[in-house]
Amino acid sequence: MTPGKVTVHTRINGEEVTFLCEPRQSLLEVLRMELGFTGAKECCNNGNCGACSVLLDGVLVNSCLVLAVEAEGKSILTVEGIAPAEGLHLLQQKFLEHAALQCGICTPGFIVSAYALLQRNPRPSEQEVRRWMAGNLCRCTGYDKIIAAVLDAAACLREKASGEVRVP
Amino acid sequence: MRAFEYLSASSVREAVEALAARNGRARVLAGGTDLIVQLREGRREVDLVVDIKAIPEANRLEFDLQTGLLVGAAVPCYRMVGFLNAAGIYPGLAAAAGLVGGTQIQGRATLGGNLCNASPAADTIPALIVHRAACLITGPQGERELPAEDFCTGPGQTALQPGEFLLALRLPPEPEGFGAHYVRFTPRNEMDIAVAGAGASLRLAGSPARIIEARVALGAVAPTPLLVREAGASLVGKAPTLEAFEEAGRLAREAARPIDDMRGTAAQRRHLSGVLVRRALETAYQRASRGGDA
Repeated sequence: MTPGKVTVHTRINGEEVTFLCEPRQSLLEVLRMELGFTGAKECCNNGNCGACSVLLDGVLVNSCLVLAVEAEGKSILTVEGIAPAEGLHLLQQKFLEHAALQCGICTPGFIVSAYALLQRNPRPSEQEVRRWMAGNLCRCTGYDKIIAAVLDAAACLREKASGEVRVP
Repeated sequence: MRAFEYLSASSVREAVEALAARNGRARVLAGGTDLIVQLREGRREVDLVVDIKAIPEANRLEFDLQTGLLVGAAVPCYRMVGFLNAAGIYPGLAAAAGLVGGTQIQGRATLGGNLCNASPAADTIPALIVHRAACLITGPQGERELPAEDFCTGPGQTALQPGEFLLALRLPPEPEGFGAHYVRFTPRNEMDIAVAGAGASLRLAGSPARIIEARVALGAVAPTPLLVREAGASLVGKAPTLEAFEEAGRLAREAARPIDDMRGTAAQRRHLSGVLVRRALETAYQRASRGGDA
């Protein structure tokens, strides 16, 4: 018995997207292979590394551990939806400035994860950043530069939002 | 991944009928953090996945001073931990549930799923046991309740019968003078699976304080999480002293039935059982003597 394909209605990065998928396909697989959102990366494919992080109705999840059919009626935000139409999101800019990436496979997951953190907590401590992003693995950088980039981006975003003056 | 069908059940009845019709070839999906990996790796084969996240009763998250805490089987950890921390209740359960994976896993994984996956090393099960949690099970014959310590029957095996599923967990209210905690040992600080874990709860009364109730449970040292009744019983009637906690730890060490595996040796796990029980009791005692708001 081969179960048929299912129609799934979602909103991805603000736009309505309807797709067909098999129940066994992960959200990650459909995003990448069917819909062309290749920002989320397939790395461990078992929930350890966080390279496939997306927001599902505002909640940070590993898209490799979500069945695409579960996205019915839900909003998805991928790294493609974080960057503005022109240029980069401040988080992305800070990752470049701080050299917070080398091979880059983990980077979209870190950006999405950091974006989710700063939405919830615009003033995280270093410890809070480290704990929040403990589900995102990077085998190149040793993390320090990533943490520095996120803290710098948080400070700049606060400054932008409120005219807050930064204490160096 | 082998093909299967998917049903998002909108009622308890729809889920029970679908599960019963497949006679063991269907599996419940809540957060999917265990199930999807097992299906992908071929460790589990099913014809049907029944998603319970659209069932209203599986999403309940309620606290009442008289009836205690009710956690639906589809409630993700981040929601429950946030609820408990905001209300300052069940800190021992919040401590255990907060250990389950990183932020992405907390966003999906559920207390019910941790129980149904029935890993011997599951962090939340010793905490549920020491809180005297009841599993609310529903199935073709209606509803039944089972104490958390009787739910797991072996690694990956549970007391659920064909057609049944776990709908919710109920924890009794934390009485006056009650405290509980769960601690584990992992080689890393975070993002790891317990080499051994211990939950403990106690209730104090009188002045000077005596222990009037106590429970001790172990994880990752037997085929299932283990309620060590004799360790709890040894504490009752005693003053909350280090000697009493160490004696409970000694009894827990004797009750442990650990194995050697990639995470640790049997000898290490047996030793850890005693240490972790003593540590869990110390924090449970601090919470009990501070009136449960620790």
